[in-house]
Amino acid sequence: MPEPLLEVDDLRVTFRTRRGTVTAVDGLSFALAAGDTLGIVGESGSGKTVSMLSILKLIRDPNARISGRVLFRGRNLLELTDRELRDVRGRDIAMIFQDPMTALTPVYRVGWHIAEQIRAHEKVSRQAARDRAVRLLAEVGIPEPGRRVDNYPHEFSGGMRQRAVIAMALACNPALLIADEPTTALDVTTQAQVLDLMRRLRETHGSAIVVITHDMGVVSEIADRVLVMYGGRAVERGPKREVFRRPRHPYTWGLLDSVPRMAGPRVRRLPMIPGTPIGPLDLPAGCGFAPRCRLRHQACEVRPELADAPTGGTRNGASEHVDACWLPAEGRAALRERSREESRG
Amino acid sequence: MLLFAVRRLASAVLVLFAISVLVFLIFFATPGVDPAARIAGRNADPATLAQVRHSFGLDRPIPIRYALMMRHLFISRDLESFVNRGAKVIPQIVQATPVTLSLVLGAAVIWVLFAVLMGTVAAWRRGTVADPLIMLAGVVGISLPVYWLGEVVNLITQSRLHGSVFSWVPPLGYVSLTDDPGQWALHLLFPWLTLAVLYAGIYARLLRSELVANLNEDYVRTARAKGISERRILIRHALRCSLIPIVSLFGLDFGALVGGAALLTEVVFGLPGVGKLTYDALQTVDLPMIMATVIYAAFFVVLANAVVDVLYARLDPRARHA
Amino acid sequence: MSAGPWRIAAGHLARNRAAMAGVAVFVVIALACLAAPLYAEHVAHTDPFRSNVSGTTVVDGRTVQVLAPSSTGLGLGVTPIGPTWDPGHYFLGADNQGRDVLARLLYGGRNSLFIGLISALLCCLIATAVGVLAGYAGGPVDALLSRTLDVVWSIPVYLLAICLSVILLTSGLRLGPITISAGSLWVPILIIAVVYVPYVARPVRGQVVALRNRDYIQAAIGTGASDVRVMRRDVLPNILPTAIVFVPIMMALDMLTESALSFLSVGVQPPDASWGTIINDGLGLLYTRPAVTIAPGLCIAATAVALNVLGDGVRDALDPGAR
Repeated sequence: MPEPLLEVDDLRVTFRTRRGTVTAVDGLSFALAAGDTLGIVGESGSGKTVSMLSILKLIRDPNARISGRVLFRGRNLLELTDRELRDVRGRDIAMIFQDPMTALTPVYRVGWHIAEQIRAHEKVSRQAARDRAVRLLAEVGIPEPGRRVDNYPHEFSGGMRQRAVIAMALACNPALLIADEPTTALDVTTQAQVLDLMRRLRETHGSAIVVITHDMGVVSEIADRVLVMYGGRAVERGPKREVFRRPRHPYTWGLLDSVPRMAGPRVRRLPMIPGTPIGPLDLPAGCGFAPRCRLRHQACEVRPELADAPTGGTRNGASEHVDACWLPAEGRAALRERSREESRG
Repeated sequence: MLLFAVRRLASAVLVLFAISVLVFLIFFATPGVDPAARIAGRNADPATLAQVRHSFGLDRPIPIRYALMMRHLFISRDLESFVNRGAKVIPQIVQATPVTLSLVLGAAVIWVLFAVLMGTVAAWRRGTVADPLIMLAGVVGISLPVYWLGEVVNLITQSRLHGSVFSWVPPLGYVSLTDDPGQWALHLLFPWLTLAVLYAGIYARLLRSELVANLNEDYVRTARAKGISERRILIRHALRCSLIPIVSLFGLDFGALVGGAALLTEVVFGLPGVGKLTYDALQTVDLPMIMATVIYAAFFVVLANAVVDVLYARLDPRARHA
Repeated sequence: MSAGPWRIAAGHLARNRAAMAGVAVFVVIALACLAAPLYAEHVAHTDPFRSNVSGTTVVDGRTVQVLAPSSTGLGLGVTPIGPTWDPGHYFLGADNQGRDVLARLLYGGRNSLFIGLISALLCCLIATAVGVLAGYAGGPVDALLSRTLDVVWSIPVYLLAICLSVILLTSGLRLGPITISAGSLWVPILIIAVVYVPYVARPVRGQVVALRNRDYIQAAIGTGASDVRVMRRDVLPNILPTAIVFVPIMMALDMLTESALSFLSVGVQPPDASWGTIINDGLGLLYTRPAVTIAPGLCIAATAVALNVLGDGVRDALDPGAR
């Protein structure tokens, strides 16, 4: 891998609460090359949003503590001053959030929001910023952008608002775009359009993208690489193709199996992962997924590290696909098949 | 927009009508004493009583009485006080209005300035000592009886420290703006401050809670992710949105104060405004005067409400289509 | 609703130091006022409701007149004795009828607190009833009640209270079996409770409307539960916190209103006293004996601050999201 654009190393986010210290993100590490797309998958509460917010130090809770290293183009973002960080936010790294209905300040026009973004980072005239806003709206597929630029957010539909938010995020051609559940709040047809738009814009703007989602479908649509998170930790990481073809971690199996399939044998009932997602308050010392895992055994009381093959040895010599599970490296596919049979029971 | 204005005006007239009916009923249709005796004041002679009965149509049905009353108030504008025989009520109110307006306008400027300052700093410094201290000041502000505060201010500026620090404070009373602007402001300075204390407290508290709520909104996070400075987020985004409910409250309070709710301040500082008229009428149980001032007050409240609605649409784009 | 949420809220409130300080201040003031007869009879040996124009008292071992001939101005009138800081002999001085100010302050506090408390409870009760009825019934009932509340609220509260007071103080009130005489404490209580009803009823109505559209209420109605049952089981328990939040702040507001009305001489009527009437008594003595004015004002302010701080605490405890 060439010099990565973003390198996250042992990122840890903890919150002090009345019931003691809570670890929301526990030793997260990954790297992202320029122009690449990484999908971070996990259930709610798995720490995916918190980790991305902490990269830009957008967590305002005074009880939060962030440690580790976040290298962006070689600079550790966690050590920057507020001023320096402000220059990075929006210009080098842009972020869009889940709910487009509340993401824009309701009293300002859509074009105003985009112009504000541009003028925060570049010295351009009001008129030039506005012209660029119109062009950006056209680019994200807003009809009649010259008129729509003067609309208020509440006059846009949900899908249009998310497009406007994306236009705003791309206004300064950021090297990295972080999208937190960009399609979750949208209806299905709009979801597809927005994903399509993001794919297209990746080509034209050349931004690397991190997509946070709980939906394996979204990952398969857009990502090059996948990071699966559970209970604040990464449990599997690898190229999309590898992870989808040969998923290794039992949690990833569960995620993949719970997506309905168009091809293959019809199943009467979609399998589901037993139990409920774990909260950061009751994280076990060992493997976080163990309480819900059908294949847990003695070894799971010790926390497995993310590795090519945690039990020792190497598999295929490829080190890009790693997971954190004590199961023997060989024969996971057979184990997966067996546990799938059991779950149908 | 025109349709909106017309509909707004129609509803304002309707509310005004409802208020006048309500006030009329309070004075003329509550069970108990003969309304003629009430209107004529204490110890009125039989001739006065008879005149009152005739003039207000007290021997006729209630709707006619209401119509007669309104004619006295708005059309012939010859409603007379029976305590101060022959004193016409409406001209007195017209004369007192500039005093009240002077008092309320100045106080409003002060309280809005202070409230925005206090509320913004408190929300901005949330989590530090400044926030609870400012909010405690706000609570004290809303907990002080305004007339008592005025008395204490008078005690200090007119008596105890008048010989030293406050020797420049003029005696109580009012000087018209057109006569001498300097003296006008000087005479009104302490009344302004006294009246502003209560409202600064109310508005600072409201603004702080609005700001805190708005700072937790998603759009603030978006703005932060855009690389906008905290100061700009606070002022251009959060404060701008927080002002919307403040404006509607301001309209109500301003209307009520101009309408006579400032009477306690006027009484204490000897300002001959509309509130003082009401107070004097109270001392002599001069009902026509009280009734007239209350309906005059309602007029200002309704007017202020209508202005606020129009302003509101300017401030909140979401309200324009509703 | 189970005891759960209430207990959590109570725990929250108990941990709120500012609110607990408010409770402490309020309790101290209330106990002192309740002890008024004890103080008047056993410590000050005075009847605070009888004028004592020619009385004497002992200051620093010397007998002095309670009302001394005025030494300033034209020498007309009298100047009452000032604060002696001696609990047995006119601690805060006397008013212009020679009555002990501290004893009157304690007795007046009883009335002020009583009127504030009862009118706040009455107001919240009426407002909850009106708000729930309007919000739950919807349609023309709601329209009528809401418009009425709007109209009443657009008359400045003080002016409305003054109008009602002027009428009721001249003639009293007869409503069916209930007769309230003109000088009764119930006149200000009733008036103050009524004028603030829209202030409380409108948010309650808004909550009920929002609740009614909630899925579980719709489900309850859909399963054929009677209105009374839905109201009792689902609506009232959810409205109660809103109504309760209003009680302390309404009591503060009501006390301030009572004192203002009494100051304007349309509130508590003599021979009864309240903190407002005492401030009114002190008007003519402001520059010579300011204690008569200052003391009751401080009492009102302290009580109102305590209640407002408590009110903020109750709101935070019942609605943690509002913080």
